[in-house]
Amino acid sequence: MSEQAPPPEEEVVVESARLRLAPLLAGLAETFADATFEESVAGQQVARVESARLVEFVQACRDAGFEMFIDLTAVDYYRRRPGPRYDVVVGLLSLEHNLRLRVLVEVDGDVPTAPSITGVYPGANFYEREVYDLFGIEFTGHPDLTRIMIQDDWEGHPLRKDTAVGSVPIQFRNTNKVL
Amino acid sequence: MADDVTIEDSSEEVENPTVPPSETERRQLHDLWTSGTEEPAWVVASTAEGAQLMLPRDEATAGDVAEESGTLVTDDRLYKDEAVEEEITILNMGPQHPSTHGVLRLQLELDGEVIRRVKPVIGYLHTGMEKTGETLTFLQGPTNVTRMDYLAPFHNELCFSLATEALLGVDVPPRAQAIRVLMTELNRVSSHLTWVATQGMDLGAVSMMIYGIRERELLLAFFEKTTGLRMNHNYVRPGGVAADLPDGWQDDVAEIVRAIPDGLDDYHDLLTENPIFLGRTKGVGVITSEECFAYGITGPPLRATGINWDLRKAQPYSGIEQYEFDVPLAENGDVYDRYLVRMEEIRQSLRIAAQVLESMPDGDYRTGDLKVTPPPRKRINESMEALIHHFKIFTEGFKVPAGEHYQAIEGPRGELGHYLVSVGEAKPWRLHCRTPSFAAIQSLPIMMGDQLIADAIAVIASVDPVLGDVDR
Repeated sequence: MSEQAPPPEEEVVVESARLRLAPLLAGLAETFADATFEESVAGQQVARVESARLVEFVQACRDAGFEMFIDLTAVDYYRRRPGPRYDVVVGLLSLEHNLRLRVLVEVDGDVPTAPSITGVYPGANFYEREVYDLFGIEFTGHPDLTRIMIQDDWEGHPLRKDTAVGSVPIQFRNTNKVL
Repeated sequence: MADDVTIEDSSEEVENPTVPPSETERRQLHDLWTSGTEEPAWVVASTAEGAQLMLPRDEATAGDVAEESGTLVTDDRLYKDEAVEEEITILNMGPQHPSTHGVLRLQLELDGEVIRRVKPVIGYLHTGMEKTGETLTFLQGPTNVTRMDYLAPFHNELCFSLATEALLGVDVPPRAQAIRVLMTELNRVSSHLTWVATQGMDLGAVSMMIYGIRERELLLAFFEKTTGLRMNHNYVRPGGVAADLPDGWQDDVAEIVRAIPDGLDDYHDLLTENPIFLGRTKGVGVITSEECFAYGITGPPLRATGINWDLRKAQPYSGIEQYEFDVPLAENGDVYDRYLVRMEEIRQSLRIAAQVLESMPDGDYRTGDLKVTPPPRKRINESMEALIHHFKIFTEGFKVPAGEHYQAIEGPRGELGHYLVSVGEAKPWRLHCRTPSFAAIQSLPIMMGDQLIADAIAVIASVDPVLGDVDR
């Protein structure tokens, strides 16, 4: 109650962090002319790159100072937008610059495929397996692309939007699948 | 009667397993079961446990055998020395092992008693909560996410609420923010107490379990008094909190802040200098800062390697920057250092709670934005519009502008992040939870390599995994 003033210095810090990184993002933008940079809600940095250049881009990010791998997931925009159906979302964090970068990659196709970034960030291993399991997006170059959440002989990918919510018969192995 | 009701020729059913039984067949089956006669063979075959047993060796395929004995992949950790094939044992630890903190299964490749490779196998608790999140409105969302990390429910709720508020562009009044800080910091204490209890028990100090749970009971009683439940509270909601703090909450918090440090002193006496505890934890399960970065390890394991990174300081949320607290650090990155960091974090969280107690602002406990806040009870009795509004909020929910947002907070186990995608509807298009336990489980092979099986137990406990958080 007594300390109601939002500390003005804090905003300066945030500002300067962004300013410090501006050359870095500019450097990335220079190397990757086809990548687009934008600011999302609450000033979060978002970059969209071509699927073919993802590994290269992520490597450049890591060299530039995004040392920590945070997250990898996907979004299915089924019938929600024209163009590619899925977004693969990679979250990176720079501790030194206190800045997050979200890298979006559009993928599409009957068997959607994206390059694996496990060579750059080994921590992406489980995350890519999860996306493969739940979305059916295949990651080329992944060392062990198997299901991680659901059992191996499950059919379908539940987080796809064309998978309905509801009850499914339990899939036991080696049983007559009646009832 | 039963003789007539034979649904024979089960082979046909097997060929076409997706055809559900017709209504008549269902009725026949029901009559059969209620008449008390013996079930036909095909029912027995399809539901008996025998069908799930291991296959005889001559019938099993190579894949079946590999699965029964546990398959290991070669990528998790590359070892220099080539051990002779016969000396290798593959041991499945879990999913029902008591010290795996849930249903975690580890495939251990052993050379004698030394672990050569580890493969964590998860998914036994997968219930599709991210999919469930897409079917619930933003107001119902916290009921779902609070069940993920069941030892830190307030953090999950807060993270979801902050993400929703960021998309909505709603500000939360100071009192609601202070209540959120109070509840999450007390929740951090209760989570760490559970951790210290299980860490002690896994290393043989069974009395530690009793002490830790004893102190935690104070906190759970306060949570129950405030929210009505001991876990899965659904208390922090988009726009504020569900209810104001109960009368007399100051005495409860004061008692918690007074009593728990006494317990901590006991734990220090019991463990910190204990030669057995030191021998089991010092130099065990080491992970370096670089490995933490590469594997996305945050929270106490990262700070135990000497990296000063706490989201409460770096990217503050919910007004936590007004309170004074220190970020405890250690340097070796082993089990013992994680222990020290967490023990000190309990004190720092209590320090924050004491400051909230002194400086709790007056005001409303939820936002005045009528779009997300239901009208007060009294207005519903007086006004038809208020009644309709209340009804619509709780049935349809409120619409959230299209956009995507990643919100991260410092959970007890590290960075807890919720990635919300809205397409302008009342339900999230996509809810993804970046959970610290998931990253921690992935890093177990790094921490366990070249150590003894007994150390594996200490390592599992030291990363404090919650399997509900891993599998979601």
